[in-house]
Amino acid sequence: MTALSALFARDARIAIRIGGGAMMGVLFFLTVVTLVPFAVGPDLALLRRIGPAILWLGALLSSLLALDRLFANDHEDGSLDLILMARLPLELVVAAKAFAHWVTTGLPLVVASPILGLFLNLEPTALAATGLTLLVGTPALTFIGVVGAALATALRRGGLLLPVLVLPLTVPVLIFGVAATNAAVAGPVPFDTPFTILCALTLMSGVIGPFAAAATLRYGME
Amino acid sequence: MGAADAKVSEIVVMKLSGHDLACIRGGRRVFNGVGFSLAAGGALILTGPNGAGKSSLLRLIAGLIHPAEGHVALEGGDPELSVGEQSHYVGHVDPLKPALTVTENLAFWARFLNGARAIDEAAVVERGLETVGLADLARLPAGYLSAGQRRRLSLARMLAVPRPIWLLDEPSTALDAASQERLQRVMHTHLSAGGLIIAATHGPLGLAEPQELRLGMPSTGREDSCVDIDALDAMP
Repeated sequence: MTALSALFARDARIAIRIGGGAMMGVLFFLTVVTLVPFAVGPDLALLRRIGPAILWLGALLSSLLALDRLFANDHEDGSLDLILMARLPLELVVAAKAFAHWVTTGLPLVVASPILGLFLNLEPTALAATGLTLLVGTPALTFIGVVGAALATALRRGGLLLPVLVLPLTVPVLIFGVAATNAAVAGPVPFDTPFTILCALTLMSGVIGPFAAAATLRYGME
Repeated sequence: MGAADAKVSEIVVMKLSGHDLACIRGGRRVFNGVGFSLAAGGALILTGPNGAGKSSLLRLIAGLIHPAEGHVALEGGDPELSVGEQSHYVGHVDPLKPALTVTENLAFWARFLNGARAIDEAAVVERGLETVGLADLARLPAGYLSAGQRRRLSLARMLAVPRPIWLLDEPSTALDAASQERLQRVMHTHLSAGGLIIAATHGPLGLAEPQELRLGMPSTGREDSCVDIDALDAMP
């Protein structure tokens, strides 16, 4: 497993170095969340009601920000050739890269969400519920996103193709993430019901995502 | 581990051969009916005009593209590994991350390519950098390296991880005279330890008596085995 841990460590290290994607996601998250009150107006009751949805939307958009470079950088500098030739299953390689990406860009969003929640006048229960649902839900966004990242690399198209492909697939995660948060704050559905579905979505995408992305790279990189 | 095979690899390859290989790229038949046979300790030089398929043949042997016809066969070697998994491939670009230092780049590839095998990473990296003359730049981010230094770091990767087959695409590109001499020495050591080298090149590599495979020439008298250079102009 040293080869996989080496890959994880390399990707994580590049992300936190200058020019890496780790801080960009959080700054974009901050920008999106602070823009909303300017657009909606200083209605504290309204912000409190739509706060979890805004945090989830912000996290969704931020988590896709650096994703299109996940394989494109490796493709451009030839690393992907050596990775494809490696003695490791490509599925595990994709999973390791996706996990490194989540740790460096998804996890900071989770950590930042309670602070940004304060900007939106969220109560402590809502802050905790948003943080928890983001912690469970953002891996699903990354694992769905790697399929789009692989496809964008295989098609030699970057930029907007990725969000156009990936965002529709993330709708269930968004629905159950926000639903679970709202259930924790206002009810009437118990928190567990949407939350367990959110967990199931993450587990499913964690299995399907690496296989789909690996298949895309294998047949697309010729 | 025996003394004889300690240098190159614990995998001993007897013979690498290609039979009747054909390659189609972007709807264009790049080459047809190409065959070669290379025994342990041998070197094969691929020559030919631009677009003749030298790089394509190397990528095909590496398993990065599938042949339209024919197959690549390996005698000896590890039966559980593919040809690509027992090869080093040095392509047009050097797989280095500009944000990581020279040492970090080489240490990553040493660890990634070695897989689960335990290695003394620091020693391997240090020795590799010293052999290619980059020891002084070990702590410099790779983004500041020149083209020749990047290529030397790629060559250090092959020294850090033992693999019996080397697939080199223009290995001497951007190398100065001293580095080219160093490359010759390294390739010679690899060959005398029983390794195989297949290199695409335009200039001489200084190898002793290599076989030569000239692509893009009508080799068998069949018209279709010749690459149509005019077709290149029609490519988008």
